[in-house]
Amino acid sequence: MVHGEAWTVKEFFTYPNEYIYWTIQIVMYPFMTGLVAGAFVLSSLYHVFNVKELKGIARFSLVFSFALLPVAMLPLMLHLQQPQRGIEVMMTPHFTSAIAAFGIVFSTYGMIVASELWFVYRKHFVEEALKFRAIEERSLGEHLAHLLFSALTLGAYDVSHEALEADERAVKKLAACGIPVACFLHGYAGFIFGSVKANALWMTPLMPVIFICSAVVSGIALCLLAYIVTMEIRKLLAARKKAQYPNLPSPEELKSAETHVVTMTSKYLLIFMVAAITLELLDLIFRGYTAMKSWDILRNVIYHRDFINIFVIQYGCGNVLPFIMFLVPGLTVRRAALGSALVLLGVFMMRWNVVIGGQAFSSSLSGFMHYVMPIWPDDMESYKEGLFGALTVGIVPFVLFYLINKVMPVFKDTH
Amino acid sequence: MKSHVWRPLYVVLLIIGAVLVVRKIMVPSDFGIGARGYMYGWHRPSNEEQWKEVKVKYRTAEYCKECHKDKYVEIKQSPHANINCENCHGPALGHPDDPKSLTINRNRELCARCHFRLEYPTSGRGHIRGIDPKTHHPELECVTCHWPHDPRKAGHAPSKSAAATPETGTGRLSASPATGPTTRERRGAHDIA
Amino acid sequence: MISRRNFCKKSLLIAGGLSIPLAALELFDPKRLLAEKADGKKTRWVFLVDTHKCVGCGFCVKGCKTENEIPYDANVTRTWVERYVITRDGQTHIDSPKGARDGFEDSRIDIGEGKFQEIKNEDIDKAFFVPKLCNQCDNPPCVQVCPVGATYQTADGVVLVDRSWCIGCGYCVMGCPYGVRFFHPVYHTAEKCNFCYHRISKGMNTACIDACAFGARRIGNIRDPDDPVTKVIMTERVNVLKEEYGTTPQVFYLGLTKEVK
Repeated sequence: MVHGEAWTVKEFFTYPNEYIYWTIQIVMYPFMTGLVAGAFVLSSLYHVFNVKELKGIARFSLVFSFALLPVAMLPLMLHLQQPQRGIEVMMTPHFTSAIAAFGIVFSTYGMIVASELWFVYRKHFVEEALKFRAIEERSLGEHLAHLLFSALTLGAYDVSHEALEADERAVKKLAACGIPVACFLHGYAGFIFGSVKANALWMTPLMPVIFICSAVVSGIALCLLAYIVTMEIRKLLAARKKAQYPNLPSPEELKSAETHVVTMTSKYLLIFMVAAITLELLDLIFRGYTAMKSWDILRNVIYHRDFINIFVIQYGCGNVLPFIMFLVPGLTVRRAALGSALVLLGVFMMRWNVVIGGQAFSSSLSGFMHYVMPIWPDDMESYKEGLFGALTVGIVPFVLFYLINKVMPVFKDTH
Repeated sequence: MKSHVWRPLYVVLLIIGAVLVVRKIMVPSDFGIGARGYMYGWHRPSNEEQWKEVKVKYRTAEYCKECHKDKYVEIKQSPHANINCENCHGPALGHPDDPKSLTINRNRELCARCHFRLEYPTSGRGHIRGIDPKTHHPELECVTCHWPHDPRKAGHAPSKSAAATPETGTGRLSASPATGPTTRERRGAHDIA
Repeated sequence: MISRRNFCKKSLLIAGGLSIPLAALELFDPKRLLAEKADGKKTRWVFLVDTHKCVGCGFCVKGCKTENEIPYDANVTRTWVERYVITRDGQTHIDSPKGARDGFEDSRIDIGEGKFQEIKNEDIDKAFFVPKLCNQCDNPPCVQVCPVGATYQTADGVVLVDRSWCIGCGYCVMGCPYGVRFFHPVYHTAEKCNFCYHRISKGMNTACIDACAFGARRIGNIRDPDDPVTKVIMTERVNVLKEEYGTTPQVFYLGLTKEVK
């Protein structure tokens, strides 16, 4: 079996070498980078534009964005036929290719987020380093912690008022620089598809903009959802440990803070949702109106073969339903959580419908290819390019987030 | 530059430096822009030579002619003149050193590639006489009755049964048909669709 | 304070002085001159396919697989033949069973998923075969989208893939409008027809040309006005595939009709 043959069912006339080469991992990649970009933009809304109500979620989304960053690389490493050569993108980049932008954009964005996090948490690093240094007889764990935090301070132990002010100014500047870079991080992913003239569904100048808007949507929705879940955990812990630590905020205090943040964030979510759906519908309407040579087969794919994927799941469940849920007055935290989950489903399906949908028809425009996603991995290839590979990519950011939270706690300042 | 604010920048510069060092080690020294410019010519030029050094498998009939002149002449003045020896006998490679002999492919499917009758008047295919392999003597090899090097001649005699003659592939053994290399009349129309 | 006259004089001098070295770079590009001198007669490979002559025997596909070490059983091929059967009701039936590796030994059209479509002989308006291979485009979109420079175009127009450098991302495979690229099942890098570069560089023909007994395939040098292939391209009605994509393909077809995909 050649690569792609195992999960492609061909119908009518397709070119002999055509298979579905870009599968679930190429769906996951723009999804994950979208979450990265969106989370960062959300965080920047507070740092740059001083949207005070978002302070609670700003630190959270910045750390989450950083946890997502290595995960953004994971789908690519799983997809490449020669993953050990992946570094070549940084060594001999061919900038006429959108994918070559990956090396520069990814590194730049990573360094901006890492630097911004450093400034935000420098005081914490200094306090922890000094705390561990004060311990006379350090255990191995404490010794390692001391080394880690000392290294993370980069030798800057000054936590005077002026120094912290300098930190805040630096954060503001970095967040401002970071917004266009975050947009580029995901815009270039849209360009990867939009510039492929060989594919009738992908080819459109709107693709980068559609991707950016839906990326911001997904980032906000994810942070909202993760925030709500984390607050639930905090409330549980606060109620349980109330007797031990009386100075912890009460569940009621936590709840009111949470509702406020959720309401504010939902407004921004709605704005970007409107932008995203407008562009997507515009693209669809244009295609139908101009009816180019490819429209015959595209119409078949969009309105017939992929109808449920596109109109029922993506537009229906992923756009219209959460739109109504967020707009109906009296937004509860639970409704916001469900709405966010549906939005994430919608954004995921958008990536699916673009990547897989674009390969549902042959370049001959006379045949179809059906993608049968490998469920149970029989070998390395069906693991990497199948359901379990996608699940791996989906779970790793949460694992990373848990680990990073131990070094850079997200809820330290807000209580 | 005294301010601690620049510390992350130093780390970044360190990382960039490390990447450049790795690049120096990893990337082949001749990698660069070729004759077709950056867009179409960004590559490692030594690869072009590597592709030129791929081993040639098919040597063409002109190579076979050097030793198998009689077969070459026979086929060249027959209706099968333009068919390359290696189409049916496989690639010459290093023959006669390696492989010592080439196979003789007597499979029905081989002949049916052209002679499976397709009624396509607008294509060269429509002008090739052919049969339906499912009905036309499916139990026999084509060469039983048809001499592939000159289809105007009869094949191996019916007395030499359809059991395959040993495959040596040398001109010596593929016996002249028992009926002799006499030119026969063109076959009648009984098999043609 | 400089006078107006001196200012004009000085600025003309500077502009003139500057333009000379710049112009010199333009007039005497040593690299280009050297290349042209070394090449003598430049080569640009082009291919000519005559769809009137192709009978769909598939020997070209078999020969290509053997010559270029593409595993015979793998369902990928550097070149293939498509069959077009246009029936009286205006429908176009197209197939290419295993890329015509075993020829076309069924009059029924292979429509995938193990299904076949019967065609009655009396319903056939026209039927013909179209061999396909890499067009070695002058503006190859596959080369443009390679992120690492693993695929490239040589000075004589052939697009090659560096197997030791390709990362297997598949962007080139998606970028080709003609579907000629695929992943090599053994090397796991991008692969495609390269006009048997190892043969044509030695003055031989490509394996598919040698395998074709009907003269449906030919190769030539478009820069050589005496080349018989060049003469056909210049004087006869030839066409190319998917011209609207702007790839400027260099495989020319005689007898290409609107039904060909």
